[in-house]
Amino acid sequence: MLCDECGQRKATVHLTQIVNGKKTERHLCAHCAQRHEHELFFEPQFSIHNLLAGLLEGWQPPAGTVQDLRCSRCGLRYREFARTGLLGCSHCYREFRHQLEPVLRRIQGQVRHSGKVPSRAGAQVQLGRQLEQLRARLREAVAREEYEEAARLRDQIRALEQRLRAGEDRAGAGGSRGGAPGR
Amino acid sequence: MTVTPGAQRVRWMEGGGPAADLVLSSRIRLARNLEDYPFPTLLGPEQGQEIIQLMEDVTRHLSASGLGRFELLRMADLSPLDRRVLVEQHLISPQHARNAATGAVILNEDRSISIMVNEEDHLRIQCLLGGLQLHEAWAVATRVDDVIEAHVRYAFDEERGYLTTCPTNLGTGIRASVMVHLPGLVLAQQAGRLLSQLGKVGMVVRGLYGEGTEALGNVFQVSNQITLGPAEEELIDNLMGFTRQLLDQERSARERLYRENEDGLKDRVMRAYGLLTNAWTMSSEEAIRLLSDLRLGIDLNVLSHVRPEVFNELIVLTRPACLQKLAGKELDARERDLRRARLIRERIAASLRKTTQ
Repeated sequence: MLCDECGQRKATVHLTQIVNGKKTERHLCAHCAQRHEHELFFEPQFSIHNLLAGLLEGWQPPAGTVQDLRCSRCGLRYREFARTGLLGCSHCYREFRHQLEPVLRRIQGQVRHSGKVPSRAGAQVQLGRQLEQLRARLREAVAREEYEEAARLRDQIRALEQRLRAGEDRAGAGGSRGGAPGR
Repeated sequence: MTVTPGAQRVRWMEGGGPAADLVLSSRIRLARNLEDYPFPTLLGPEQGQEIIQLMEDVTRHLSASGLGRFELLRMADLSPLDRRVLVEQHLISPQHARNAATGAVILNEDRSISIMVNEEDHLRIQCLLGGLQLHEAWAVATRVDDVIEAHVRYAFDEERGYLTTCPTNLGTGIRASVMVHLPGLVLAQQAGRLLSQLGKVGMVVRGLYGEGTEALGNVFQVSNQITLGPAEEELIDNLMGFTRQLLDQERSARERLYRENEDGLKDRVMRAYGLLTNAWTMSSEEAIRLLSDLRLGIDLNVLSHVRPEVFNELIVLTRPACLQKLAGKELDARERDLRRARLIRERIAASLRKTTQ
């Protein structure tokens, strides 16, 4: 068999590609294959993004203007995200919040993070979580009529609330918490 | 510095670890982004270089943190061949190897930790260990994450967790995966049925080299699909539980095959051994297929005199880029087939256990 490309040398590289159930075959000689080495080595991949983009395409946004929605920080259009499945910056999550919610439910099942929290940026988050837990314990203690325990928990909650407020004041007045150069 | 396979120690390729007969490696990957920059999709070359600069400082902090010695390599400084070697060793993704403009990777000495810089996310922290050691890999990856986080500000949201370029990584940003060798299930024609059910339990299966690649040599990569909601340990526990079930199934498939057709199985293994130790030329597909049979034979004690690690080592070293790196020059397909056959003959000879008679 001769090479599909030059039609002169013997084909020694045989490629079979199946895209959407459609099979294509290519037969190349070593010489022509080398020129295509880049694409052969990095063959086009079925990726999870294509899958996500498929999901996004299938999902019809409720308002006609959504496709023109744009992130005010990075400028990425929602339309572009729906095509690639990739966002432009961390702010996009806020800007496309209403559009992303149903998508996240479909791909992730849940939409609330309960895992690791960065100790630096997340000190407030950790305090917030502790506070939630303490409030739940307080409700239980009251329900069980354990008032001494409830009073102890109430004091802990007040102290935590104060720390949270102080933290927010600092963050509001103090600017960047980070090590990266500001934009 | 140069990245040399073989001469360079790559920890996961040495085998070892729990359930190492069936699990080649365990990997934890964490996706992280810096708050002050657009995601790599919109990152300009200058901003990309700024992030690399920032990560150079972080590399020094990592080296000082007691986690070993780290170095940062820019894609632009590596030859195309060296980049492909890193892909074949599972240290960077094929997409990353193409990113000469803004790509970099931070590696530790034994290559158990690799951090891709400016891949799909600003940082992809990976810990890769031999055998079934997902919790151990997580312990290392989260320590590396902590050291980095002390020096940069991550994009994080209380409700959504770590913010990632693609929402399929959102939340924990964790992808836990195991690379499993399942020749028994494939021979018993049960692998397809079992693995197709993975989606229902929130897992996904891929071939040896990630998304979109086929399961060469009966090696499959199983990982968690969901990243948002459950905590990291919970996701890892799920994958551990599922992997253990898969291993039980594989072991019983092997036992059944051996019981029902011992001669057929021994013949298959011995033919593979014969070809691997005598063939003069060999394609990479044939090599990987025969090496899988060889490993099955070692595990079933049909070939008790060959060390099992030779499989882990050879499925990587016989890939085109590693082979050329070992040869120290570019090789055409015919030369590669010759070299590959020779390398296999030599490494198997070197892996024979000394017989005590």
